[in-house]
Amino acid sequence: MVVDQVSDADIDRIFHALADSTRRDILALAIGGRYNVSELAERYPMSFAAVQKHVAVLEGAGLITKEPRGRQRLVRTDVDTLQRARELLDGIEELWRARVERIDDLLAIEPRTTGGKQ
Amino acid sequence: MSVTSVEKDLESLTMTVTADLDATVERAWQLWADPRQFEEWWGPPGYPTTVVSHDLRTGGSITFFMTGPQGERRDGRWEVITADPPHHLELRDADVDDDGRPNDGNSMTVMDITIVEGDEGGAVMAVRTHFDSLAGMEAVLASGFEEGMRAVLSQIEGVLAGTPR
Repeated sequence: MVVDQVSDADIDRIFHALADSTRRDILALAIGGRYNVSELAERYPMSFAAVQKHVAVLEGAGLITKEPRGRQRLVRTDVDTLQRARELLDGIEELWRARVERIDDLLAIEPRTTGGKQ
Repeated sequence: MSVTSVEKDLESLTMTVTADLDATVERAWQLWADPRQFEEWWGPPGYPTTVVSHDLRTGGSITFFMTGPQGERRDGRWEVITADPPHHLELRDADVDDDGRPNDGNSMTVMDITIVEGDEGGAVMAVRTHFDSLAGMEAVLASGFEEGMRAVLSQIEGVLAGTPR
């Protein structure tokens, strides 16, 4: 699997976009690419403008795309970007696992000075 | 394999990594308190860490940078929220953008480190990281993209370090 080059700014936009429950819900709804913004907006107890703004944040983060379909523009979740976000989170876990391995190595070459199990 | 658990808590937006270390509590504390030791383990291979300033007291700060294989430099700065040797350390990522959001790509906001004595005399270190980003994991899990997502780890480290290989 090849990880695309992702800038820090890209990553921040992705995580900022994902940090809101409405936006996460929109992502789940839009996986199939069946709805336009108006149809999405009908599902939430907020104004069309508010939903449109959430969609714009998701689009800016590359998490959704808009596809022309006749006179409509359908909102579709970009699965690849979601995968990258997931990979980053798994990566953070692996980062810590690797750090602990380095700590183990460090402790092995520098014996403790006091106490502990023998 | 001294990592004993990794807990990703979607409610509190935290990831807690717990590890058993073959060291005393005081020795484990030195991993953070001694800048030379910190430099040894913080960065991945190929990204040496250099501590610039290190004031590990409540209200103090730590600044460091990592150097990549091509000489590129990434700066890091933490504020020390709490330093209670040798058991408790709380660090806040001070490198934020204009909106107060972390901008280092890890989306890390606060690290809460506890070190206690283990049942068999070693040290148990728990690092709880509060992300502003684990919400993303919830979305990804809820969307059912659980399988097949593990990336090549060296590449991920490269991405996180700002330098894809």
